[in-house]
Amino acid sequence: MADAHDGPDNGENAGTAVARQDDHDAPAPAVAVVRADRIPNPGFPPERLRVTDLDPKKAKQAERTISVLFFLSVIGSVLAVAAYILFPIEEGDPSTIRLNNMLIGVGITLGLLGIGIGAVHWSKALMHGHEEVEQRHPTRGSDESRERAVEIFREANAESGFTRRSLVRNSLIGALVATPIPAIALFRDLAPAEDPVALLKQTMWETGTRLARDPSGTPIKASEVTIGSAFHVIPEGLAELESHRLEEKAKAAVLLMRLPVDELNEREDRADWSYDGIVAYSKICTHVGCPVALYEQQTHHLLCPCHQSQFDVANHCEVIFGPAARPLPQLPITVDEEGYLVAKSDFTEPVGPSFWERQL
Amino acid sequence: MAPTSPASARRAGRRSPLATTALLVVGLLATGGAYALATTTATAETTAASAQLIDEGGKLFAANCASCHGLDAEGTAAGPTLIGAGALAVDFQVGTGRMPMAASGPQAEVKPVQFTQEQIDAMAAWVADLAPGPAVPADRYIAGDGDAAIGAELFRINCAMCHNVAGAGGALTEGKWAPGLAGVDPVHIYGAMVTGPQNMPVFSDLNLTPEEKNDIITYLLYIEENPSVGGWDLGSLGPVSEGLFIWIFGLGGLVAVTIWLTAKSN
Repeated sequence: MADAHDGPDNGENAGTAVARQDDHDAPAPAVAVVRADRIPNPGFPPERLRVTDLDPKKAKQAERTISVLFFLSVIGSVLAVAAYILFPIEEGDPSTIRLNNMLIGVGITLGLLGIGIGAVHWSKALMHGHEEVEQRHPTRGSDESRERAVEIFREANAESGFTRRSLVRNSLIGALVATPIPAIALFRDLAPAEDPVALLKQTMWETGTRLARDPSGTPIKASEVTIGSAFHVIPEGLAELESHRLEEKAKAAVLLMRLPVDELNEREDRADWSYDGIVAYSKICTHVGCPVALYEQQTHHLLCPCHQSQFDVANHCEVIFGPAARPLPQLPITVDEEGYLVAKSDFTEPVGPSFWERQL
Repeated sequence: MAPTSPASARRAGRRSPLATTALLVVGLLATGGAYALATTTATAETTAASAQLIDEGGKLFAANCASCHGLDAEGTAAGPTLIGAGALAVDFQVGTGRMPMAASGPQAEVKPVQFTQEQIDAMAAWVADLAPGPAVPADRYIAGDGDAAIGAELFRINCAMCHNVAGAGGALTEGKWAPGLAGVDPVHIYGAMVTGPQNMPVFSDLNLTPEEKNDIITYLLYIEENPSVGGWDLGSLGPVSEGLFIWIFGLGGLVAVTIWLTAKSN
């Protein structure tokens, strides 16, 4: 409203709905055309009184309801304490956690909901319920208060000497600029110390690393992998790692499967990457890195549970469905002289999802 | 009765020092001989009984299974060969009602069991007689008295990706699914691990030892018997059922409260 701001007399206007409604019909300044067909402000519908306004008995009833709700809240709070004492969590018995949590939760819920529902019901049913319109106050302050504000700044400047004593001011600015520096130095070390790209490109697998069972870490003999088997594999030695065990496992986890040899379609260049129908593939999905391990031994399909990418184990884990962009990396394997399955080398491409610096 | 002298009484009641030994020898010979006789008879009976069992199984197989698996269980286009499938595979497939299959589909469904346990045992004996295969495990491997914590870890690594971490089951590709494991007989859990029915991979005793399988069974029985510590598990289906619940009832409740807050009292 362009016509309703300046001057202290505005305050009188604020909050009077009637005056406001008249304003609507007056042409606003800078509006050249007064529209004749303007829809008149219908005003407010007639106020409907609540049953508690009309019937004192209902009001009394509402009062009782509200006080019952508040009493329920008290009971709930007491219940929560009683449950905490009477149904403690006993070590070695997880079922006590359930009972303890549930009773404390019910008590506290009753305590809070009783207050909340009671308060809302109070305000809705019993508190003064007349409809009112309160107009917005103008945003601009009075000229007086604006002048006074500028004056306060001037006075403060004069008293503190902020502009006069430039040495103090500049050293303060310098000190303020320097305070975030420790944070930069500290948080900088949250980034990987080593080049993360190099870490993404290699795993724990090396030439001759034995394939071992997850989680025991016992090596696997080729003769133990019966047709149709699926072994969840970690590199031998991973189970004994003292640091970064999970990081290494997240990259090196492998699924070992044995297919009938005649059902395995192998490319020329990878013909010696398997052993007698035993193949090993990275378990980390090339989409966003979920563990792909839902192996169907008859269809030879591998399903990723996160986004339903499907890989065909019989055809070098090529993607046959879903959002994965690349086949799962294959781990070249063979057997050592004792009959244990060993890796011929590390994966020949980075495992897991794409990253900016990935070249393959 | 005339009183006798102590000396004569002793003589009359006295046994030869060898009598005890002789009695022992006679006794041992008698019991041992009887036992040997009895056991030989029993063995002969068992052999006769198992021959009869296999014979009966063969008849049941010819009547109920041969149309798909072939008269000699050699397999046909409709069903795989059962030579080398072993007694355990028969016990699992027929004992859970999966076989005989009602119709070909993405996977055999669990149905009411069609045979008595004796008939299943007979067919299992007949299939086991064809070629060596996995046998029904000893009771101690399906007792469910192992270490539930070890079983839980093995289950999470080997089974949970398909069967869900709480054994509630899950979807696979093209209409197949991994069934829920609640209420499944331990011998069938064991049988599924060893034989790898349908699309389930095989977890032979060289991968998971019988003791480890018992640990897994222990874990499954444990989570079946102990309610979820976290409260109402909504079928243990994870984000699907929990998300549906909170979107419908949680947000629905919030909408109802806001309507109540802003509505004018009567």
